[in-house]
Amino acid sequence: MTPSGYFLDHLWMIPLFPLVSAALMLFFGKQLPKAGVNVFCVGSVGLSFIYALGAVLQLLAADPEHRVAQQIMFEWLTPGPMQMTGGHLVRFVADWGLLLDPLSCVMVLVVTGVGFLIHVYSAGYMAHEGGYYRFFGYMNLFMFAMLTLVLANNLLLMFVGWEGVGLCSYLLIGFYFLKKSASDAGKKAFIVNRIGDAGFLLGLLLTAVTLGTIRFTSLGLPEAGGYSGILQSLEAAVHAGTLGYGAHVLTAIGLLLFVGAAGKSAQIPLYVWLPDAMEGPTPVSALIHAATMVTAGVYMVVRMNAVYQLAPFALDVIAVVGAVTAIFAASMALVQNDIKKVLAYSTISQLGYMFMALGVGAFAAGIFHLMTHAFFKALLFLGAGSVIHAMSGEQDLRKMGGLWSKIPKTATTFLIATLAICGAPPFAGFFSKDEILGNSFDRYRSLWFVGFITAGMTAFYMFRLFFLAFSGYSRADEHVEKHIHESPPSMTVPLMVLAGLSIVGGWIGWPGSLGGENRFERFLEPVLAGAVSETGAVKIAHHAKATEYLLMLLSISIAGAGIWLAYEFYRSKRIAPELLAEKWPRAYQLLLHKYYVDEIYDALIVNRVKDLSTLFGLFDAKVIDGVGVNGAGWLARFGSRVSMWWDKWVIDGLLNFGAKFLQLLSFPVRLLQSGMFSSYAMVILIGLVVLLAYYGHHMQTLLRGVH
Amino acid sequence: MDFLAHHILSVVLFTPLVGALLLLFVPRERDAVHRIVGNLFGALGFLVSLPLLRWFKPGWGGFQFEETADWIPSIGAKYHLGIDGISLLLVMLTTFLGMIAILSSWSAIKLRQKEYYILLLLLQVGMIGVFVSLDFFLFYVFWEVMLVPMYFLIGVWGSDRRLYAAIKFFLYTLAGSVVMLLAILALYFYAPVEPGATRTFDIPTLLAAAQTFTDPLKVWLFWGFFFAFAIKVPMFPFHTWLPDAHTEAPTAGSVILAGVLLKMGTYGFIRFSLPLLPADTAMRAKIIHIVIFLSLVGIIYGAIVCLMQKDMKRLIAYSSVSHLGFCTLGIFALNPNGLAGSVLQQINHGISTGALFLIVGVLYERRHTRLISEFGGLATPMPNFAAIYLIVSLSSLGMPLLNGFIGEFTILQGAFQVSKAWAAWGSLGVVLGAAYLLWLYQRVMFGPVTQFANEELPDLNLREYATLVPLVILAFWIGIYPKPFFALIDKPVQEIVHRVNPDFYKAEHANLAAPELQASRVQVK
Repeated sequence: MTPSGYFLDHLWMIPLFPLVSAALMLFFGKQLPKAGVNVFCVGSVGLSFIYALGAVLQLLAADPEHRVAQQIMFEWLTPGPMQMTGGHLVRFVADWGLLLDPLSCVMVLVVTGVGFLIHVYSAGYMAHEGGYYRFFGYMNLFMFAMLTLVLANNLLLMFVGWEGVGLCSYLLIGFYFLKKSASDAGKKAFIVNRIGDAGFLLGLLLTAVTLGTIRFTSLGLPEAGGYSGILQSLEAAVHAGTLGYGAHVLTAIGLLLFVGAAGKSAQIPLYVWLPDAMEGPTPVSALIHAATMVTAGVYMVVRMNAVYQLAPFALDVIAVVGAVTAIFAASMALVQNDIKKVLAYSTISQLGYMFMALGVGAFAAGIFHLMTHAFFKALLFLGAGSVIHAMSGEQDLRKMGGLWSKIPKTATTFLIATLAICGAPPFAGFFSKDEILGNSFDRYRSLWFVGFITAGMTAFYMFRLFFLAFSGYSRADEHVEKHIHESPPSMTVPLMVLAGLSIVGGWIGWPGSLGGENRFERFLEPVLAGAVSETGAVKIAHHAKATEYLLMLLSISIAGAGIWLAYEFYRSKRIAPELLAEKWPRAYQLLLHKYYVDEIYDALIVNRVKDLSTLFGLFDAKVIDGVGVNGAGWLARFGSRVSMWWDKWVIDGLLNFGAKFLQLLSFPVRLLQSGMFSSYAMVILIGLVVLLAYYGHHMQTLLRGVH
Repeated sequence: MDFLAHHILSVVLFTPLVGALLLLFVPRERDAVHRIVGNLFGALGFLVSLPLLRWFKPGWGGFQFEETADWIPSIGAKYHLGIDGISLLLVMLTTFLGMIAILSSWSAIKLRQKEYYILLLLLQVGMIGVFVSLDFFLFYVFWEVMLVPMYFLIGVWGSDRRLYAAIKFFLYTLAGSVVMLLAILALYFYAPVEPGATRTFDIPTLLAAAQTFTDPLKVWLFWGFFFAFAIKVPMFPFHTWLPDAHTEAPTAGSVILAGVLLKMGTYGFIRFSLPLLPADTAMRAKIIHIVIFLSLVGIIYGAIVCLMQKDMKRLIAYSSVSHLGFCTLGIFALNPNGLAGSVLQQINHGISTGALFLIVGVLYERRHTRLISEFGGLATPMPNFAAIYLIVSLSSLGMPLLNGFIGEFTILQGAFQVSKAWAAWGSLGVVLGAAYLLWLYQRVMFGPVTQFANEELPDLNLREYATLVPLVILAFWIGIYPKPFFALIDKPVQEIVHRVNPDFYKAEHANLAAPELQASRVQVK
């Protein structure tokens, strides 16, 4: 039975609601009262959630193997025929189409659900801020882009969403644009992401020329339409023997796409923008930089799992990058004093976890952790926002303390989220983290060990944060102290809902070893079948139950150890953290300065590009214009001088020479022509005499003859 | 109506000329009349070009709306006009941007308005003429005609270094066109002709004849045309006239320069240079490699130089070098994606960069400076301006759902099919594009207002909206639904690829929906 129904036929409405509302805000928002903004902006996301929920339920009504709905709205990009690697021509089309399968079900529910809660929360949090309509306009635009990203039926439309969320992130990080640090952070986020995007684009193009299509799958489309998808092309190619397990081109696709994922999901070496992104308002950090946008990379890799399953090297790279990022970011989170910065590094670390899961082939576990992380990390950020709200904007942990009794709702929910991220059973994080660690243990023990240590660090820094903020005595300034108050219901209710999800959200993936059946993994199975079922694709051998229990026990105990250590440091104060910092000043400074990575990037890349720019500018001015253009000008002038000289001395010279020569020749003659009558008369006389003397005898003959 | 239908191209071509002639009879002191008549004819020029879109048949091959008349029979020069989908888009871009450019001068130009509007209208005639001419003689006349008004526009109404820039622009372009003239004459004399018949300057005929030339001759002709077009585009290293000319020209001049004039180079490449590529693979590869190398250098070099600019207009001028590098990259990829992307990117560049120059113009009219350091924090006094400027920047840096992305992506796709390295270098330009445009935006718009003079700057007025909003709408249109644009150029692109790269279509069509694929799927399971 193919899935159908009203909501499945109206998938396009899901992203449309927030888009319409965003347009409304950005064009006419200024004229609207705040209540109006709330109705439109929060309401539109709520509607999206309802439509998403309806669509998912209708999809669930179908049998597991038929749970795909695909809808093509129109052909978007049609640049004509494209030549594939083998020389074949295909008609390249990127359509504007939506795809709902179990994977996008999870994403669309997380995005609209958590998104809705964060919108509700924002209405309270931003109530006293200027540019209210602008904020909500951007937030709604973000929802549109994010929903386009997760519902896209092809890579290019996904890229539209991908860039769209990046843009909204840029706008929202720089929301307080009067602050230079905020606009700097926005710009940095955008440019670093662009580096990743270049990788994404090249991976996309390589996919296109290799497989002839960028549509993910042709399932759910009418047979006759001449449609095909990446999955089907890959199957055909594997079947025909042109592509296979470990094919270089698939590895290249995988790695290029992962460059994109590393940019968006803040993995080494492109993670540097995310900590700075905390300049944005806190709900933005919760929505974009914790729950949704930054997980886009994870989603994309899982979406392309058919390719990755045939590209073991790419998967290994992802696993290693993920694991290293996880522990590296966790180490930086250990010493941060800004409450949001701790959470930012924690997000990077958790994203590393997800990639580690994908890298060992546990795609379902990665998505599972993506979902639970969305719950508890959104809750952590919103809770931090509530704390900041109560503390009149203070973000420094060293100036907090003793908040437990003053803002009890925030504190309780925050504790739940903290337990969830630490992996304490039966909170959501326990199940997903355990799933990841178990899978990595089967594939690479060393990766498991890194993840295991990271789990301990996570428990430590999270409880460090918790104790610093909520326990002990208040270290706040007096005037701040007086104003500490619990947030309004519009903020606390979302906290409570998210707290509930942070507890039960993981039960959906209750593992078999604990008497469950991991329904989450089974639900995703059809999407993760890959292009080849039997051949050598990455498969995880299921380990014995005993090992599984042991692993669980180990991860619980290291979390416990981390919590205990944090307790000793920051609650009971039996060990002073300052002593450690003094004992190893170098290590402490290194962590505090985030390994100087920003400085290194500046020195190696940013400043070098600027130097290059100056150099090229000089090249234009001095070489092209200086030597080339001015040189040509100089040559022309030189030429004109030469011809002047030639004219003057050679052409005119010759002429003058001739004249002078003639003048010289005429010199004696000229002497005679004095113009004086008397001398002429004299010459005539002399002539006459000469003539007479010469012709004298003739004259005589002549005269004789006359006679 | 019938007359219009048969002579539509002439009407489009000479409408601005009528305006210019009319203006001659308006007394010099009547500035308002000059402005109004200038604008009327700008708008009229666009209106009369609209029927082209309606009557054009995208499916037909060859040229449409052709008009032929004898002009100088003794040498075979004719008045021959006609357009295909590519030139149609460029003509529309010209009339559209021309109208906007004229409107943008309303309050910016105070000096010698009579001459100013006459020259702008004459410039329109020259540019449209270049795109619609199907006779080399006529083409060359228009090519040179349009040089003169531009020279005066820069030289008279420009800013401080206007004379230097005007002369540089003139000489650079002239140097190129002289070589082109030689190439045209060579084409004219080498083309075989019936004994006793007059030779012809007819472009389709000559280009068809050129197919029979020997390869070395073709190479000579190619480079002859190349220099004229490469200077016009401009390609690295012939680009240094552009920053000067753009920077010194008045706003309307910059809009036209960037929006339309540069496209004559790329148009020339498509129309004249491609058919002159030699058939010999090795010779052809050598030429292609040189041109692509220059394109890629232009993309990256132009983008990097942008980062050090202190003058807004200079920065945008250099960004044109980078964007036009994409256009030439697409052309010489010699496949449908590259060419289609290139044509679309030419239009996109006209829209985005035209709008960027208008934006600088808006600021220049208020503050009489273009130095980036003179601004900062303008988002506070000018919020609507900030929004439009942001959209235009995003369109220029290739944000999906805006026009720039469609062009850049399609070009990269075309390049990728030929060489993955080309596409990889090209994508570096995409990264840098974000860097220089967003940095510029940040320095101008964000932060607190740093200068007293900027505190009370008025936001956009109605006329400025009228110049910018149509461009923004167009940017969204191409970004969201580019299909009609691709449909217009599909056929000519196909014809060009058939002619210059016939191997492309020899490849089989892969049928991805073939039944055996479905079958294989079942078998695997």
